[in-house]
Amino acid sequence: MNPLIVSGSPHIHGEMTIKSIMWGVVIALLPAWLAGVWFFGIGAVIVTLVSIASCVLFEFLIQKFVLKQEPTVNDGSAVVTGLLLAMNVPSSLPWWQVVIGSLVAIGIVKMAFGGLGKNLFNPALIARVFLLISFPVTMTTWPLPIESRANVFNFDGVTGPTPLGTLKTQLAMGQTVAQIKLPSYTNLLWGNIGGSFGEVSAIALIIGGIYMLYRKIITWHIPVSFILTAFIFSGILCLVNPNRYADPVFHILAGGLLIGAIFMATDLVTSPMTAWGKIIFGIGCGVFTILIRVFGAYPEGVSFAILIMNAFVPLIDRAFKPKRFGEVK
Amino acid sequence: MLKTFKKGGVHPHENKFSANSPIQPIDPPQKIFVPLSQSLGAPSKPVVKKGDEVKAGDILATGESFISSYLHSPVSGKIENIDDFIDVSGYRKPAIFIEVTGSEWNASVNLSDELKEDITLEGASIIQKVKEMGVVGLGGATFPTHVKLMIPQGKKAELLIINGVECEPYLTSDHRLMLEKPREIITGTRILMKALGVTRAIIGIENNKPDAINLLSKHASSYPGIEVCPLRVKYPQGGEKQLIQALTGREVPSGKLPIEVGCIVQNVGTAFAVYQAVQKNRPLVERVVTVTGTNVLHPSNFLVKIGTPVSALLEKAGWQPEKAGKVIAGGPMMGKALLNADVPIVKGTSGILVLNGKESLRPKVQPCIRCAQCVSACPMGLEPYYLARVSEVEKFDLAENGAILDCIECGSCQYICPSARPLLDHIRLGKLKVNQIIRSRNQ
Repeated sequence: MNPLIVSGSPHIHGEMTIKSIMWGVVIALLPAWLAGVWFFGIGAVIVTLVSIASCVLFEFLIQKFVLKQEPTVNDGSAVVTGLLLAMNVPSSLPWWQVVIGSLVAIGIVKMAFGGLGKNLFNPALIARVFLLISFPVTMTTWPLPIESRANVFNFDGVTGPTPLGTLKTQLAMGQTVAQIKLPSYTNLLWGNIGGSFGEVSAIALIIGGIYMLYRKIITWHIPVSFILTAFIFSGILCLVNPNRYADPVFHILAGGLLIGAIFMATDLVTSPMTAWGKIIFGIGCGVFTILIRVFGAYPEGVSFAILIMNAFVPLIDRAFKPKRFGEVK
Repeated sequence: MLKTFKKGGVHPHENKFSANSPIQPIDPPQKIFVPLSQSLGAPSKPVVKKGDEVKAGDILATGESFISSYLHSPVSGKIENIDDFIDVSGYRKPAIFIEVTGSEWNASVNLSDELKEDITLEGASIIQKVKEMGVVGLGGATFPTHVKLMIPQGKKAELLIINGVECEPYLTSDHRLMLEKPREIITGTRILMKALGVTRAIIGIENNKPDAINLLSKHASSYPGIEVCPLRVKYPQGGEKQLIQALTGREVPSGKLPIEVGCIVQNVGTAFAVYQAVQKNRPLVERVVTVTGTNVLHPSNFLVKIGTPVSALLEKAGWQPEKAGKVIAGGPMMGKALLNADVPIVKGTSGILVLNGKESLRPKVQPCIRCAQCVSACPMGLEPYYLARVSEVEKFDLAENGAILDCIECGSCQYICPSARPLLDHIRLGKLKVNQIIRSRNQ
């Protein structure tokens, strides 16, 4: 008889693995990605391929030659980062800028902090903000949906502003919200608007979110508290002065709020561990998003809001503990 | 909506292969050995010596210290020796080795199968009888039953809970017992109610055993105080604190016993053993043991004499030793992996699970991705990732503040962890150290 294996209980293991989580996120992103490809065409496909390929390659090279570890690229985490980064930039972004973004996300934000599970900040978001600051022109040139579908590399004449960009510039020119021509709710819902190609379709993003909830990859706490806070905060502002402040439904559907609340803020590594911690985190994200959008210099504030809250996660994890069974006060 | 506990829990594949296999008695081999330490508390004191002849049911050892239990001979035979053996944890422990000559019983034991429903004994004498017949908790923790029946000063028992949950995957011994001895279990429940002086009892059974729920409900219907409650299938529902919450909504405070909320929990197997002890004067010398796993050709439920080596059961069930990777005493979530198959079945052995080579290996450990699945799965509301981490880096004060001693070692965290981290390994070590620190602080 073979010698028996001895180890502590439990002796069985559930089906969930890092791989199944990461590929689950990829599947959840597919509807929004397909919507992006529908509206922005070949450009979106090229950005995606370059981003995923370079993220995976950088992770492999750094693990193999710099850290001298067994490469773990098949866990799918670099694919998720690559896909998220791609979906958070315009479909017209030059390929080499995408590669620089990937290097920042994987090299600086993830591997330099110790690799999977150790990073404090969301890699795709830091990369996006890095690109926004380094390449402010290409990162704020927005191809027009549908019209730009066939364009590759040259997007002259098929670009326009994002809904939030329109709002910000026209308000600065002294117009009231009612005078500004903003896209209809229908277009905002389906995604027929300018913007980063993965953020435009509200419906597709929500479908992805429901899928992740069903698979128990994320919990409801962060998306719901994030969206609800943004809704209430922008709603109060709109009630106070509807000429200066857009209505809350517009704020939820426009820009990166939904992709941020459903996919970026819920990043497992960089969000809190407990239910109340997640709720506080989501509230913080919602407040900072609206503050930056309404009172800041940038038209959009989701990336900054989530990154600011990422920095608070260690504190939040310390302060908000789960309610223990039979806790004696 | 079926009742269940509120916080955490997991749902592994149930794999109850042996659910339809009736309980069959298994003959003891020529030699058995009965460990002296089979229940929680002090080991029993032997009253036999080498060369003595014993009959089945004769006292082998007494348990007169506060938490201890009596041991009886499961067979008739000759005491061969009292010596050490290597127990399931790898420690040397004393046992009484008996050469089996037959199955002649002590004359005081009523061997008939006739149901005896009238309870003639009174409260205190029931408890004394339960003690003398060596009854201990058969759910796994083997706490001496008579101690549990003695309510501490100032406390009051109000509700008896009979645990028929059997939430561990694979195991079916309680299920079979409920199907084959329902009236004995109901009578045992009534005996326990009388001993405790309570008027209400709830039998909790998970909803994956509808036949047992129906049968026990039918037999309980003539006793208005006894209710059968189906429960949603969720592990670790059979945990004492989880079961109390599922059935009553009450939370046993941290570090306290169920009596704090007026409850006493006994396993269905224990209720049957109490029936045997009180109505039939029959000591606890055998129990139902499930032998199961994909490795085993005939997953079975055996009625086994205490002291029978595990190997005898495995052979009877048709195991394939060349394919076996792990032999586990108990279920897959909380059972103990055996070093070899020569250890004896004891009062607390509810099952023997054999996993094949590949099933026995743990998945590769990967970095924590802070997914918080362990936090969601913990039925005690703890933070397993944190407790494992601080135990690993030996920050035991942080572990103590994080309520590491509340951990019931159900294994849900390690089961669910997508990175397959050995969370419970670290937490167990942490608990051990924190307990040592608290002991030395109190000295």
